[in-house]
Amino acid sequence: MKTLRDTMVGETVKVVKLHGEGAVKRRIMDMGITKGVEVYVRKLAPLGDPIEINVRNYELSIRKADAEMIEVE
Amino acid sequence: MENKKLRIALAGNPNSGKTTLFNKLTGSNQFVGNWPGVTVEKKEGRLIVDKEVILTDLPGIYSLSPYTLEEVVARNYLIEEKPDAILNIVDATNLERNLYLTTQLTELGIPVVIALNMMDLVKKSGDSIHVKELSRQLGCRIVEISALKGDGVKEAATAAIEAAKNGKTIPQHSFSGPVEHALAHIEEVTVHNLPEERQRWYAIKLFERDEKVLEGLQITDEVKAHIENDIAAAEKELDDDAESIITNERYIYIGQMLKGIYKKKGTGQLTVSDKIDKIVTNRILALPIFVVVMFLVYALSMGTSIADGGVSIGTFLTDWTNDVLGGAWLTDGSRAILEGWGVAPWLVGLISDGIFAGVGAVLGFVPQMLVLFLMLCLLEDCGYMARIAFIMDRIFRRFGLSGKSFIPMLVATGCGIPGVMASRTIENERDRRMTVTTTTFMPCGAKMPIIGLIAGALFGGSTWVATSAYFIGVAAIVISGIMLKKTKMFAGDPAPFVMELPAYHLPAWGNVLRGTWERGWSFIKRAGTVIVISSIIIWFLTSFGTVNGRFGMVDDLYEDEEVVTDEYIAVVADRMGVPEDEVEPMDDSILARVAQPVSIVFKPLGFGDWKPTAATVTGLVAKEEVVANFGIMYAYDDQDGEEELEENGDQIWDRVSEDFDSFSGGHGKLAAYAFMIFNLLCAPCFAAMGAIKREMNSGKWTMFAIGYQCCFAWVIAFIVWQVGRLFAGGVNVIGLLLALVLLALIVWQLLKPYKEAQKLSVH
Repeated sequence: MKTLRDTMVGETVKVVKLHGEGAVKRRIMDMGITKGVEVYVRKLAPLGDPIEINVRNYELSIRKADAEMIEVE
Repeated sequence: MENKKLRIALAGNPNSGKTTLFNKLTGSNQFVGNWPGVTVEKKEGRLIVDKEVILTDLPGIYSLSPYTLEEVVARNYLIEEKPDAILNIVDATNLERNLYLTTQLTELGIPVVIALNMMDLVKKSGDSIHVKELSRQLGCRIVEISALKGDGVKEAATAAIEAAKNGKTIPQHSFSGPVEHALAHIEEVTVHNLPEERQRWYAIKLFERDEKVLEGLQITDEVKAHIENDIAAAEKELDDDAESIITNERYIYIGQMLKGIYKKKGTGQLTVSDKIDKIVTNRILALPIFVVVMFLVYALSMGTSIADGGVSIGTFLTDWTNDVLGGAWLTDGSRAILEGWGVAPWLVGLISDGIFAGVGAVLGFVPQMLVLFLMLCLLEDCGYMARIAFIMDRIFRRFGLSGKSFIPMLVATGCGIPGVMASRTIENERDRRMTVTTTTFMPCGAKMPIIGLIAGALFGGSTWVATSAYFIGVAAIVISGIMLKKTKMFAGDPAPFVMELPAYHLPAWGNVLRGTWERGWSFIKRAGTVIVISSIIIWFLTSFGTVNGRFGMVDDLYEDEEVVTDEYIAVVADRMGVPEDEVEPMDDSILARVAQPVSIVFKPLGFGDWKPTAATVTGLVAKEEVVANFGIMYAYDDQDGEEELEENGDQIWDRVSEDFDSFSGGHGKLAAYAFMIFNLLCAPCFAAMGAIKREMNSGKWTMFAIGYQCCFAWVIAFIVWQVGRLFAGGVNVIGLLLALVLLALIVWQLLKPYKEAQKLSVH
């Protein structure tokens, strides 16, 4: 299973499924990361975490621990 | 209905231009406060176009979920206070995510008007939005605006007023078959007795198993079980949990709707913002740039004054305020005037030395703070503040802090008050409370003389004392952060760190200046009251006392030879342990009398003598008072031709050293170091406590923060003194064992595994 965490910088991936539950999952989905949406991984923070992604035409930063819950292809 | 004041709520995503629009709509008719019980700021104002209409600025939110404090605050207001209309600001450059909130707002049964912001930017990029069609599909009126330029703002306000009077918004979107089927059932069995226009909102929330709504509606278990069947059926059919189904379908609906409405012509070229970001958060350049920005923020506000060859405007103005305005005009000036009027000396003392000296101390900080807040507002408004969190997150989150906590800590090395107030840029309430609690551990400028005194008097001026003070400050923050984040109190908000990185843009000066002033003013108000009251109390405690059985101002009583007899002097000298010619009026003050028994608290820390105790207590007024007080207590007299006491107490070093050695049984160095640690870490000055109270917006949390600081300071000083004597000789076995137990408890709390909370504890 490939997750957003494993996605290389510069890659565009499509969200397959969101794991986890409750507040964390809802928050991620509220920000527009839902099934089928395309996510572009823009960069890694200078200290290696979090990552910056582009989703639905805006920039979002997300921690690797949370990105791990997002299954992509 | 005509006489009833209309109320309109302004809702929208963060970074959508909401603050700008609010300022344009209300001008100077604003009242700033807090939402009840939480640290989220609440702003209200009267519309310029119609002064009878009240506009409430809701917190910037992305959704109406029950999981973040801002969202709960916003939806409680919308459901319980039922405003007459919602003005929903939507960022046209970011339609999908902004409309996600709109689809939820339209379900509330409150008329919605959309202010479509930044249309000028959309047009400039060559994209186009079919506004009429969008309005039809959403079922609400849309007004195109530019909040920054003020275009269309009046029209938006008028449209919102009209909608409030006789508008109606019926949600146009529907969910998929299985969901609608379940929703119909839920409506029928649970909320059919509620007003019709609100039924859909409640049905959807019940479908999402929203616990806060479930609690509010008091549904019987029987009904709950019944609707649970409907929800489970839909979940099974769509293979997802109910909450995700709704979220997903909202985004799908928006995506399909926009297909015919939003025409993208953009060539996919990098925008200016993208280009800036490529450099600013570049893997190699990000940290150097960050250091430079932070250096500038510090140097301009708290650094070396322009008068002394530095660049700081803030320090320059603060020095002037302290020396001229506070010192000369307020304190000395008021004294001269009052004495000229023949006012009783005690009243002159109260007004000049108590109240005006206190007010002066508050005013002194204001220029530094305004410069600092100006720069923080600039960083926030231009979009860099979010990048600071992005860059620093990895380090700070380990200590239960936010990446943005860096700024408060940095600022606190100058002064703790603006440090505490700088924490307001942190969104997450838990991170903010943690920052407020720990920020004042940083040694501030006023603590430097204490360090200078201890280093000079007992350590031969060694520089490692000062270095270790910074090390202790940072360690205290780190240790406290790790320990506290595992406690129940801080296990509040489980929201993950998913943060929008808004596009960079030129700051809107109106917003920046207004934000600067608001923060400055809230300091003057809150910290002002606290410090004035506490200054009066401390003034009273040091000026009054009982001399030979007579109560009054000690200075006056000491001039009365009938009261202060030679025998009495001998008694005082004996009690205080000083030679008879060094007895001071202050030895009979309430403070000195109280300090004597209170000093027992510090016995286990090695400095249980009345002098360091009294100095510690007066340090609560302002930390620089500690050294000044040592001057008085160690009988330094600058009136007999000697020069004024140095800031670090140069002239009394010998006396201090001797005294510390004598009351600590020959371990003066260790006792003095423990004394320094306690004074560095314990409760800050009253003005900083006032700032803590302002930012916590809760008596309970303020008490917690100050209580924690004092306990932590005591425990650390205790450990240093008790364990230190193991090496210095003269071990106290019980004390040592207790110190080791406390040390073990700290280590245990540090190593205990950490589990993120799953529920939002604030209602």
